[in-house]
Amino acid sequence: MMNIPRKELLALGAGLAGVAVLAFLPLVTEGFWLSLSVNIMLYAAICTAWALFSGPTHLVSLASAAFFGVGTYSVAIFIDVLPFPALILIAVVAGALLATLVGLATLRLSGVYFVIFTLGLAELLGQIVTWVQTNFGGTIGLYVFTDFTETHLYWMLLALTVVVFVTGWLINRSRLGLALRIIGNDEAVARHVGVDTARTRVILFAVSGAFIAVAGAIMAPRYGYITPDAAFNPMTSFLVVIMALLGGTRRLWGPLVGVVPFTVVMDFISGHFPNQTAVIMGLAFLAIVYVLPDGVTGQLETLFRRRRSIDKSLLAASAEEGR
Amino acid sequence: MSVPLLTINRVRKAFGGLVAVNDVSFEVAKGELLGLIGPNGSGKTTMLNLISGALSPTSGNILLSGQNIAGRPAHKLARIGVARTFQLVRVLPSMSALENVIAGAVFGHNRLWGAEALALARVLLERVGLKGREEVPVAAMTYIDQKRIELARALAGNPHVLLLDEWLAGLNPSELRVGIELIREISEQGRTIIMVEHVMDAIRSLCSRCVVMNSGTKIADGRSADVLADPDVVRAYLGDDHA
Repeated sequence: MMNIPRKELLALGAGLAGVAVLAFLPLVTEGFWLSLSVNIMLYAAICTAWALFSGPTHLVSLASAAFFGVGTYSVAIFIDVLPFPALILIAVVAGALLATLVGLATLRLSGVYFVIFTLGLAELLGQIVTWVQTNFGGTIGLYVFTDFTETHLYWMLLALTVVVFVTGWLINRSRLGLALRIIGNDEAVARHVGVDTARTRVILFAVSGAFIAVAGAIMAPRYGYITPDAAFNPMTSFLVVIMALLGGTRRLWGPLVGVVPFTVVMDFISGHFPNQTAVIMGLAFLAIVYVLPDGVTGQLETLFRRRRSIDKSLLAASAEEGR
Repeated sequence: MSVPLLTINRVRKAFGGLVAVNDVSFEVAKGELLGLIGPNGSGKTTMLNLISGALSPTSGNILLSGQNIAGRPAHKLARIGVARTFQLVRVLPSMSALENVIAGAVFGHNRLWGAEALALARVLLERVGLKGREEVPVAAMTYIDQKRIELARALAGNPHVLLLDEWLAGLNPSELRVGIELIREISEQGRTIIMVEHVMDAIRSLCSRCVVMNSGTKIADGRSADVLADPDVVRAYLGDDHA
């Protein structure tokens, strides 16, 4: 195998230190700040998982709510009969299975058609669950009672985020990661150099979907009472896209840069201007797409590179003069 | 002629009512550099697309070392050992020159990884004349340099058959000379090549043998000098008055 570059070792060290510090957070704070941290950690996990697929392939998926809902319902349906770890496992399988089916169904779709398909998926699943419950279950919702506190949820989400990052890092170093980058550049070239584009797309979508489902499963105890409207809320999908795009999807840690400020600001806005939240979110979406098409991290990288190339050309010019 | 490496046997491709390739047959020997020529719209690129797996034939067989590869998807053919360049140059714009070539080495017939892929990519970039520019983003490169990248990427898979789709088109006279020499070198190293080309000087100086297509059918097949003097071929290119 290739040896690990120094820069990545440094990032790994910083990441470990960060995780260690974050793990102690619930011991020093509770209430509002902890609950905000749960939200941040939730979106950190989901957005990074989303970007694993949508970043390199440039296929904007609005299926996050569908995977999230499937995870939530994996817990809600089996909570009384199985231990929680088993429920997480069910969420993994259900999320991956759903993503595989969707991936296979959308292989020939690109651009806006893919977006619409994935948007419809969450709505469809929500409606199916509602229909099943009203016709066979008697009630619309399901209760999830556990002994988990916010602290437990926070730790689980932190662990999930770490697993997502490690997975993303491993993928980037593998053939799969290289294949994805090639597909993102030019799918026809990818096929002709020997990349099985269909397989690559489906595998990545399954990995991404499974992680988002696990996030949904972890959050189920927080809701307590699970309804299709809440579990398959399309807002989840939109928030994920906005935050990930704000941060930038070129780097693994890009979405994180968007998640932290956005979650904090959204929390403030929805607390103080509950009626205008949707409008403000829409405006934020427009602003991000117009002003920061590559996200904050992409923008910084471009600036940095331009700076460097200016330095280089200055250097070249002065060398020229010196001759 | 020795045993053919590639056999095209009555291959047909129809798009609805339009027959782009009409029961074409020819053979390519191992190590041969075959020119595939013909006027615009004669079906040359479609033929290349059928061999590379971008399209699958309506009927007919394509045999590579005796194995029927007709209709296999492009990525499988790349692994079996068919590599190509594109009529309109297609590089991977966000990746460096080196990464572009590594892409071919990792997923092509070669299936290398890590240090081996990297070493091969460096050697190939040097061979196509891009030594010292390995880390340059390809989007910033000139047209001929992007074509060099494409060629190196195709070679990186160590293919049995290399398909060049108008690789020399759009080059200026001095670049053309360099390009022709490059193809000659690759051919002399024993690589089997099929080149679709409009630059007749290149065909004359590179290809000992030519297949000529017109309106989807093969109208001539033989030594380049003979084929280019064939009245049918002249008529196909220039019209009845010149034959």
